[in-house]
Amino acid sequence: MNWLDYTPVLPEILLLVGACAVMIADLYVKDEGRRTSVVLAQILLGLCALATLFVDAGTRNRLVLFDGHFIVDHLANLLKLVCYLSVSAALVYSRSYLEERRLLRGEFISLLLFSLLGMMVLISAGSFLTVFLGLELMSLCLYALVALNRDSAQSTEAAMKYFVLGALSSGLLLYGISMIYGATGSLQLFEVAQQVMRLSASSADRNLLVFGLVFIVAGLAFKLGVVPFHMWIPDVYHGATTPVTLIISSGPKIAAFAMMIRMLVNALPALAPDWQQMLALLAILSIALGNITAIAQSNLKRMLAYSAIAHMGFMLLGLLSGWVGANGMNRPDAYSASLFYMIIYTIMTVGSFGMLLYLSHAGFDCENLDDMKGLNRRSPWHAMLMMIIMFSLAGIPPTAGFYAKLAVFQAAVAAGHVWLAVAAVLLSLVGAFYYLRVVKLMYFDEPVGETAAVPRRPVGRFVISLNGLFLLILGILPQGLMALCVAAVAAL
Amino acid sequence: MILSLAIWLPIVAGVVVLALGDRSALTRPAALLGAILGFLVTIPLYTGFDVSTSAMQFVEFHHWIARFNINYHLGVDGISVLFVLLNTFITILVVIAGWTVVENKVSQYYASFLIMSGLLNGVFAAMDAVLFYVFFEGTLIPMFIIIGIWGGPNRVYAAVKFFLYTLFGSLLMLIAMLYLYNQAGGSFAIQDWHKVPLALNVQIALFFGFLFAFAVKVPMWPVHTWLPDAHTEAPTGGSVVLAAILLKLGAYGFVRFTLPILPDASRELAWLMVALSLIAIAYIGLVTIVQADMKRLIAYSSVSHMGFCTLGFFIFNIYGVEGSLMQMISHGFISAAMFLCVGVLYDRMHTRQIADYGGVVNTMPKFAAFMMLFAMANSGLPATSGFVGEFMVIMGAMQKSFWIAFVAATTLIWGAAYTLWLYKRVIFGPVANDHVAKLKDLNVREFIVLGLLAITVLWMGVYPKPFTEVMHATVNDLLRHVAQPKL
Repeated sequence: MNWLDYTPVLPEILLLVGACAVMIADLYVKDEGRRTSVVLAQILLGLCALATLFVDAGTRNRLVLFDGHFIVDHLANLLKLVCYLSVSAALVYSRSYLEERRLLRGEFISLLLFSLLGMMVLISAGSFLTVFLGLELMSLCLYALVALNRDSAQSTEAAMKYFVLGALSSGLLLYGISMIYGATGSLQLFEVAQQVMRLSASSADRNLLVFGLVFIVAGLAFKLGVVPFHMWIPDVYHGATTPVTLIISSGPKIAAFAMMIRMLVNALPALAPDWQQMLALLAILSIALGNITAIAQSNLKRMLAYSAIAHMGFMLLGLLSGWVGANGMNRPDAYSASLFYMIIYTIMTVGSFGMLLYLSHAGFDCENLDDMKGLNRRSPWHAMLMMIIMFSLAGIPPTAGFYAKLAVFQAAVAAGHVWLAVAAVLLSLVGAFYYLRVVKLMYFDEPVGETAAVPRRPVGRFVISLNGLFLLILGILPQGLMALCVAAVAAL
Repeated sequence: MILSLAIWLPIVAGVVVLALGDRSALTRPAALLGAILGFLVTIPLYTGFDVSTSAMQFVEFHHWIARFNINYHLGVDGISVLFVLLNTFITILVVIAGWTVVENKVSQYYASFLIMSGLLNGVFAAMDAVLFYVFFEGTLIPMFIIIGIWGGPNRVYAAVKFFLYTLFGSLLMLIAMLYLYNQAGGSFAIQDWHKVPLALNVQIALFFGFLFAFAVKVPMWPVHTWLPDAHTEAPTGGSVVLAAILLKLGAYGFVRFTLPILPDASRELAWLMVALSLIAIAYIGLVTIVQADMKRLIAYSSVSHMGFCTLGFFIFNIYGVEGSLMQMISHGFISAAMFLCVGVLYDRMHTRQIADYGGVVNTMPKFAAFMMLFAMANSGLPATSGFVGEFMVIMGAMQKSFWIAFVAATTLIWGAAYTLWLYKRVIFGPVANDHVAKLKDLNVREFIVLGLLAITVLWMGVYPKPFTEVMHATVNDLLRHVAQPKL
């Protein structure tokens, strides 16, 4: 093994070293100087992005490293870039919020960076072992992050819930993995794929495999937060401080998506008819429950939590349309639709929580629906941005959210799941109602009480404007990102 | 290039108006300038239009989303060109009509209307289904804002109802479009879909997919219930655009999608469409009579008039289709005029109840004269535009069946009843109260707006040939498509 073999892992190495360096450097700064650490972290993210772009330039189809434990392909690089962006945006949005509440501690930054490392390992995982490694690294950091505000009973309770349920789901996942391992004798995804192809012909082996598959899908569904494994989502979203909610709702979802692609599409394509059925059920239940329950929420963070459940359901519509019959002709189309949905969703969720953070100020958390009242009177610009984000979440053109929905619906219809698409479409009408309500509160109602002041923060304002307008620009010119997504899944 | 200008010029003007803000003295002039330029750039569409062909004209084609083979494909034929012109013309009137009336969030008000005007041009010019859908849905956002911010007391309910009703329809249409996309081998081009063979049961399923979207927009009975609420609560400008243009989107959709793409289902289900149209004409006509709110009354009369449009399309002859199109355009002018008349009164009295008025002719003679003309046009008096379309549709229906024509013709009675009764109660009689006694007659601004509309209404009624000759070739081609089975 020579030096060159390590080049594809450059971003991970860089982040690991950098995160340690930031952690050490942070010991020498006082609370007032913590901004330096944030800036260092941002620079680190920028370097990682450059490294990933460099690696991507040298990636043809797929690089398999370290005895098959680590994969670098276009999909991995694209997802990593989205993760950097979301973490970077999270740092920008949350800095003043955390400063005002004296929560901007060194731990926040280092835990965030280490959980990012976990996401990256997960995204590039080439074997069940690395999947689990990445997953645990990411999750353990997140459990701690949820409890960031340790004096808040709500946060602590949320962290506890997240931890217990997360551990349970990891257990389920491990159990499923052990079944598959028992049947195939391998941990590496591509070897497993070949073995499963051979084994699934006999019904006795197939039963064992499907038994393992059920546990794997359940574990994945937990991590992704889809019905009926969604219980933790609203409580954790609500209980965690808003910056942490933002983080949980973006990067880890991307990682969970990557995990699904790796474990289901890469490792178990021979069982596609089985897991597609399971995903169909998960998808339609999530869309229904997420959208209907969101209507009843008066807390914006809870509402967005249920909306997240529904959106993950929509995303699954693409994943479950990949294999049609025996030939799998629809594959790149369907998976790229899910990937596109995932990326757009990340931009939307970062934007919506970012807006909540932007509108909060010392002594006031913007997190109830009523806090949005009359935003158009207070700040027309931010009201417009939030409106774009909400319409995008609802999937109304000309915003990016529409093309995301169009892509997954097209994948479902092309795969012959017309009724699934019709049901999803009708439930997205239900979803439109609660997004509309936010617009209604901002535009049609008068502002009340304390919420009147909109803080001025130039950097935050610039980034949130970029974030919101990006959804509109992508809504007018979506081709570039779509082409990237198609290229990314072409090599799967 | 002209079509792109027609779409993007108003949108850019809208963004500029938004950027100018509420306090700038330039906001209103900029909006007016944008609207007038928007109208001027569409005039070459009419003067340069070749009436001898049914092919798309002024075509523009650029690749847009290669991933799904979606293209920025614009063009107009003899049907859509008239709606583009109608839309840009009405936009000017709306901008003038709101000049002194709107004081709250002025820039957002004008920006919404200008952006909507551009989007509506896009709907009529789009030759690609996704492009059509994007514009079709995009119009919901500004309209939602317009009703919700500047509307009447019950505006929030009306805005949400409007949005969800229309969204429901469009979403089903989206699935139908995706199905056709896959059937057509990966093409969203509307003209490609004309050639796709489809089994009858598939056609019927798709027909209902499109029907929900368009029926809600038209609106047809029984999904019309959002309209009276939206109209009543919308500000005057909103009601005008809603009645004059937005309602036309539904009927236009039938012509653009349902008839040529699903001809067999259209013929198979024509009975249903005719029945629903007749119910709208006769039953809603009766409902209109008893309304106590002026805007509600005109809103219901819109439903009844739009029934004529859908009726004309589904009797499949040249009189019917051309009559429908004439009716759509004429209704665009007349309903706009009626809502503006109510707006004139509402701005002075701040009430829409008929009972609060009476004897307006004593204080506002000029206004009374204008409203007389529009009321007559609304009830379909010969020599006004309202007569041409209704007469042609009834003539077409007569060729098909005496009884269809008979029921349709009752509109001449109901129409006269509700409009003239409304006119009598508001305008004639003794002066009802002190407020009426203090009314001031039309100012110059209002006079120009109503005057322009009066000229158009009379011109269309006396000499409709400039309108019919434009649509003739396209309508013939459309009827040929409908007659051809594609099972």
